Amino acid sequence: MEILVCVKRVPDSSENEIEVKGDGTDIERDDLVYSVNEWDNYAVEEAIQIRDKVGGTVTVASVGDEETEEVIRREMAMGADNGIHLMDDAFEGSDGKGLATTLKALVEQGSYDLILTGAQADDGAGQVGGMLAAMLDYPFASLVNLIEVVDDKKIKVGREIAGGNQEMNEIDLPCVLSIQTGINEPRYVGIRGIRKVASVEIPVKGVSDLGIDAGVVGAAGAKVKRLDYFVPELGEGAEMLEGSTEEIIEKLIELLKAKGGIK
Amino acid sequence: MEPVIVSPGMLLPTQILALLIPLAGVGIFAYIIARRVAPLVRAKPDFRFDRIAARLKNVLKLWLAQYKQPRYMLAGVLHILLFAGFLILSIRSISLVILGFHAGFVFPGLDGAAGHVYHVLKDYAATMVFVVAVVAAIRRGIFKPARYAVPEKYGKDHTGEAILVLGLIAILMVSESLFDASKAAAQQQAGVEVMLIAPGSLAWIFKQWLANSSDGTLQGLHMVSFFVHDLTFFFFLCFLPLGKHFHVITSIFNVFFMKLDKGSVKPVRWGVGDDQLDDLETFGVKNFEDFTWKHMLDFYSCADCGRCSENCPANAVGRPLSPRFISIKARDYSFKHYPLKGKFAPHEPLIGGIYEEDEIWSCTTCGACEEECPLMIEYIDKMVDIRRGMVDEGNVPQSLQKPLMAIEKRGNPYGMMEKKRAEWTQEEAFKEELSVKILDGKKEQADTLYFVDSISSYDDRIQEITRSTARVLAAAGIDYGILGKTEKDSGHEVRRFGEEMLFQELRDQNTEAIVNSGATRIVTADPHAFNALVKDYNGLPPVEHISQTLARAVAGKKIRLKPEEDDSRIYTYHDPCYLGRHNGIYDIPRQVIDAIPGIRRVEMDRCRDRSFCCGGGGLMLFYEPIEETRMGKLRVEMAKEAGANVIVTACPFCMVNIEDAIKTSGLEGEMTAIDLSELIDRHLER
Repeated sequence: MEILVCVKRVPDSSENEIEVKGDGTDIERDDLVYSVNEWDNYAVEEAIQIRDKVGGTVTVASVGDEETEEVIRREMAMGADNGIHLMDDAFEGSDGKGLATTLKALVEQGSYDLILTGAQADDGAGQVGGMLAAMLDYPFASLVNLIEVVDDKKIKVGREIAGGNQEMNEIDLPCVLSIQTGINEPRYVGIRGIRKVASVEIPVKGVSDLGIDAGVVGAAGAKVKRLDYFVPELGEGAEMLEGSTEEIIEKLIELLKAKGGIK
Repeated sequence: MEPVIVSPGMLLPTQILALLIPLAGVGIFAYIIARRVAPLVRAKPDFRFDRIAARLKNVLKLWLAQYKQPRYMLAGVLHILLFAGFLILSIRSISLVILGFHAGFVFPGLDGAAGHVYHVLKDYAATMVFVVAVVAAIRRGIFKPARYAVPEKYGKDHTGEAILVLGLIAILMVSESLFDASKAAAQQQAGVEVMLIAPGSLAWIFKQWLANSSDGTLQGLHMVSFFVHDLTFFFFLCFLPLGKHFHVITSIFNVFFMKLDKGSVKPVRWGVGDDQLDDLETFGVKNFEDFTWKHMLDFYSCADCGRCSENCPANAVGRPLSPRFISIKARDYSFKHYPLKGKFAPHEPLIGGIYEEDEIWSCTTCGACEEECPLMIEYIDKMVDIRRGMVDEGNVPQSLQKPLMAIEKRGNPYGMMEKKRAEWTQEEAFKEELSVKILDGKKEQADTLYFVDSISSYDDRIQEITRSTARVLAAAGIDYGILGKTEKDSGHEVRRFGEEMLFQELRDQNTEAIVNSGATRIVTADPHAFNALVKDYNGLPPVEHISQTLARAVAGKKIRLKPEEDDSRIYTYHDPCYLGRHNGIYDIPRQVIDAIPGIRRVEMDRCRDRSFCCGGGGLMLFYEPIEETRMGKLRVEMAKEAGANVIVTACPFCMVNIEDAIKTSGLEGEMTAIDLSELIDRHLER
């Protein structure tokens, strides 16, 4: 099975303190560390496991600047066979639709049976998977937490529904799936693994290679324009607890006791 | 003169038989050993031929003098007696074998007076060994000490093998004694000079008993006892390499080749430098053949005594790890895949085969097992090697992946920002009192570098210890500073959890920062960082633990301590594994505590080199083990049993684990924990 996994490089929310820039144009990025979006990492692991079971190849693609190469390489160290880096000044400022347009062009250049995306990105809005499927006119299943390959024409996919229950669906290939965390246990990628793929060539593709008009992607093609980043005003009845962790916990316990939340 | 009794060495048929038995025995034994050596030849290299003098000293102390045995008094003394008896009787056994085809053989040097002395000695040795074998069999078969039990998941009980071997030993002693006794009785009856038999010995008792037996009976007994001894001796010899009694043969080699540097970790592959590691096809131990030959020898040498597992904290809390079975399972794997007959079997992966993942991650590398092992079997290096294999396969629990990734990106397992590494110095009260220099080697310089490490930099509770450490350093008049944001995690657990390449990056970054700082000494309050800097790093200025600095400051009257005011406090010192067992620092922290006038301190049962790990440090804090209770909880109970109400420790991880345990055991108010630096800080005469 030929599998394409679309991944994104994002600021790692567990290892950063996200602060909004004073002018509201962005978050403070000077001290941020980045990694592959967690959901995407599960998607790559799932793709590798499917490939190991039924054969085929796994290709990882990502839209982003030079730094993005690092996450593509990391996913290749995990076991993906190929990487494609989609980089062009024209992509800068893309909205979800712009990203989906770019990925659609890439999909059309290959012959993929299965296209996986993360269900959402740490810094995203959970749009790209669905849009990509619609643009390709492929079947789409979202929040997938289970994949069973039936044959080379169709697969079964699962989704968790309320109450911890499971729903199973059948879907024809080729299709697009957005993957939920917890579908598997992604393998560890050590420094040694990354070094092993350090010199593997990762082809870079821009708008001309993909055959798309620079005007439909990037800031130029964006239909959704970001206006502002700000910290919400303290609402009525809200109180920010301050101090060390212990102090905050103590204050919280006091508050809960005072309001009858705990005895 | 006609001899009063015919010995096997006097008649041609018995001579031939007595020659055939040793020939066959030695032949079979040589064949078995050759088969046993086969996996060792296929094993990975291990450099163990250095420092011969130190190795010989170890052989004298640990093998010949059985230094570790009395740690278990009854079993230890029994073993020493048995071992001493074997050594004495080895000459006798060889003589006896030769006597079978060469009548009148005397061992070189044992004619005349020396021979008489030896004869008496061997009579008593045989008697002693016989008694010990009986006592050991009763102990093993009837009293059944718990540590010999085999949990169901590890297979069948091993008592049968133990009793069989004790029986063989008893038969050897009885037949050896009967051989002499029958001859002496015959001599007595004939009225000729009676050979010397030590009074009160087993042979002497047999002689008395045979005093009135007929010539025929004595002659028969003499012959039969000889061949029983001969056959048993060679059966025993060939039986040794088939099970746990292989240690009788391998122990001397295992001790000679033992690891000499405690606390260190073996290189990924002996003979492959750090700069060549990228060329290795595979990392760590994935298959049995990935072990080094010495580690295989360890498996062969395990005597199945269970002392490791009885002292293993992971085993004590019900984690799926019992060091004894790490050895026994690997030995059985080796016996099965390298059988005595036929083709060697193709290898199977160890993880998912004889070992499970959680078994390998359960080890805190505390070293209690290695400390206890009378045969000096290594466990930590094997754990690290198997983990290296798992890391190489990407097989790492999710709970450990996050902190490892955070260390890779941020230099600390919490994913906190580098620039906040020195934030502990900015607490308000502390800031007013002291300002801590950040050493960059240019503007800010100091003699002493205080290496803080991650937990002491970022953890809210541990920062208090860090500030106390800074205060006592200042009080002792030491010119010190820290690295601040250029300091990375020491990587101590990163290495011990098998992520060697990440460790090496951390080590290189820290080494550069330390060298650039221009400091001429390093001090740390974290035994894990201490051990890393001393054992895992190269080319650094001398490193000491804060307890050593404090001991010197107290002795040199650089700091003065106020008397303990609260006489209801009874202190006990918990030895951190990486200060005590791995670095031998036991007395120094105790001296520092005892320097406080009027302080009352008691010892826990398990102290010093038998200290009980609190639960482990570094990445072990993130690992989610399968366990029935927690190590810290057991440790706090031990302190309570000792009659203490304050546990003093000298390691930030011990503090985390012990304070947690005090809370979860519901002992808040009854029991407290304090770090050595905090204790001294509180008692500083300012």
